[in-house]
Amino acid sequence: MQGVGLWAPAVATWSDFKPWLDGALDDAEPGKPRADVLPANERRRAPDSVLLAAAAAGQAVAASGLDPATLVSVFSSAHGDQAITDYMCATLAESPAELSPTRFHNSVHNAPAGYWTIATVCHAACSAISAGDASFGAGLLEAAAQAVADDRPVLLATFDTKGYGPLLSMTQVTLPFGAALVLSPSRTPRSVARLGLATAPITSVSRPRDDRLHAWSTVNPSAAGLPLFEALAHGSGIDVALAASAGMALHVRGETLT
Amino acid sequence: MPHPMLPLAITAFTATTALGPGLQAQSDGLAASCSGLRRNDFSHTPLDTWIGRVDGLEDMPLPADAAVWECRNNRLAWLAMNQDGFAQAAREAARRHGSERVAVVMGTSTASIGATEQAYRTLVGGDSFPRDLQRRDVHQPNSLTGFVQAVLGLQGPALTIATACSSSAKVFAAAERLIRLGVVDAAVVGGVDTLCESVLFGFNSLELVSSEPCRPFDVTRGGISIGEAGGFALLERRELAPGAPRLAGYGESSDAHHMSTPHPEGLGAELALRDALARAGLDASEVDYINLHGTASQKNDEVEAALVARSFRAQTRASSTKGFTGHTLGAAGIVEAAYALLAIRDGFIPGNLNANQPDPACGPQMAWHNERQPVRVALSNSFGFGGNNACLAFVAGERA
Repeated sequence: MQGVGLWAPAVATWSDFKPWLDGALDDAEPGKPRADVLPANERRRAPDSVLLAAAAAGQAVAASGLDPATLVSVFSSAHGDQAITDYMCATLAESPAELSPTRFHNSVHNAPAGYWTIATVCHAACSAISAGDASFGAGLLEAAAQAVADDRPVLLATFDTKGYGPLLSMTQVTLPFGAALVLSPSRTPRSVARLGLATAPITSVSRPRDDRLHAWSTVNPSAAGLPLFEALAHGSGIDVALAASAGMALHVRGETLT
Repeated sequence: MPHPMLPLAITAFTATTALGPGLQAQSDGLAASCSGLRRNDFSHTPLDTWIGRVDGLEDMPLPADAAVWECRNNRLAWLAMNQDGFAQAAREAARRHGSERVAVVMGTSTASIGATEQAYRTLVGGDSFPRDLQRRDVHQPNSLTGFVQAVLGLQGPALTIATACSSSAKVFAAAERLIRLGVVDAAVVGGVDTLCESVLFGFNSLELVSSEPCRPFDVTRGGISIGEAGGFALLERRELAPGAPRLAGYGESSDAHHMSTPHPEGLGAELALRDALARAGLDASEVDYINLHGTASQKNDEVEAALVARSFRAQTRASSTKGFTGHTLGAAGIVEAAYALLAIRDGFIPGNLNANQPDPACGPQMAWHNERQPVRVALSNSFGFGGNNACLAFVAGERA
């Protein structure tokens, strides 16, 4: 692993995450995710999901020192952009002919992936996936599989926006959260951790030790990866179990290198 | 460029479209040059367009023990997987390898959003989902994959790829990696998308929907016809089935150009094609048939026609089958993979339906009418919103 990014309402960057976790930093002022990668005009009109994914991904790629144009990428989200889904379903119920073309093309699950490749002029393979509550683990497995199978670095961005409207009662996502990792097939001078992955039938999954993080992970599927980010922040050995599907766990074991 | 990969055996495959359920209906419809499109009789608000609708889904409830997954999209998945012995083949693979050794990778663009639309049309008290639609698992993009994994009793890795119209082509790539790395021994791949208001009125808002049956590669083409479809393939190592057709390669790329318009020179499409040929260890001159993306949108067909004309020898045959099925969006990849596999199996090239006045941008590769000739190597192109491109390469199995 050679780059990490994170955005939550209380902590806007990965570099703030450890001091915040240690109590040395207060909660951040409320604001939108900072997606510097996007051109200013795109940033102004970008949907929540695009800002969230690009903010986390931008941090991870900057830390990796790699050129984003060269990176294969995987964008993982359980629910996609819920504000747009709510808008689409409400408009279709009332006046379908008035549907906004821009909102429609932003409604595809790979909108954040598309905006990312356009902004970074990246022609590499790019995927957008979902695996329900296992979206983080399935995304990590998919990204790591690409890194190892094709021997090239891969960006994983995982995010879920806040739920809106009647749909919120189903998704129950009350807090936005995004995180990103750059995975490299071999150790580099920039590596921050070494990870070994193994799948096994699911018995239990890890939960964050910190109560605040645990609360996030109960209201946002993408925050299921927090036990891994917590271990990275503590600079300790890594040994976490994440859901990779309804029946399968992904065991992540390794060590931080810095 | 990637290294050549070991081909995988395709030990079972099937497709269900507006032409009917299963492979025989596809073969019959293609051979008869008979379109499955009809005037739009689906949307709640009238919309003047033609659609590829699968008959009878309204009267095909899911089995009682799968009722929690009930929605049109999962009904179509159920109908499709029960054709051509596919579900049985998948369950046998689970017995052979262990249910945790079989992955599920499904592609879809809208999954069961139709159920969410229905809930919004029938809100109780203005803000609550009606009771029968209070089922969390169908109101999310992973609904299809969750259903397929549950009804087939599989317990391996599972994920949904949702990259719009390239979704169920990319599933082959994700599955190949999991098998190559030894994470699993087999993978159920596929895709299902069903008609819904989101795509009918969404593509209409972009002025991409035709008011007549779509005419891919016709010089006066007027846009796409939206269809629904489902399909599946079972991937295993080739030693298990030397005679089975093979996934020989795949290519994935990004246009980095625009959210809903392809790159004007087809840069991403060409990268995906080169990548697929490199993985397959094939030269473009060895390609016998290409099932084109060919949506009948102005831009796609212009860019793809030029790519084919400059990349392949005149003897290579190429056609779009969207005139038969409509553009089945996230299911287009698997349906057209099945058509490429049928071309290999039967030595049959489906003619490009509805192009009465061929676009002069098209090269001599275009098969405007049905043709019969042996096909050893067949490609399938799938391009999606966000500039997301995939190309698949299939080759015939070993002769007994």
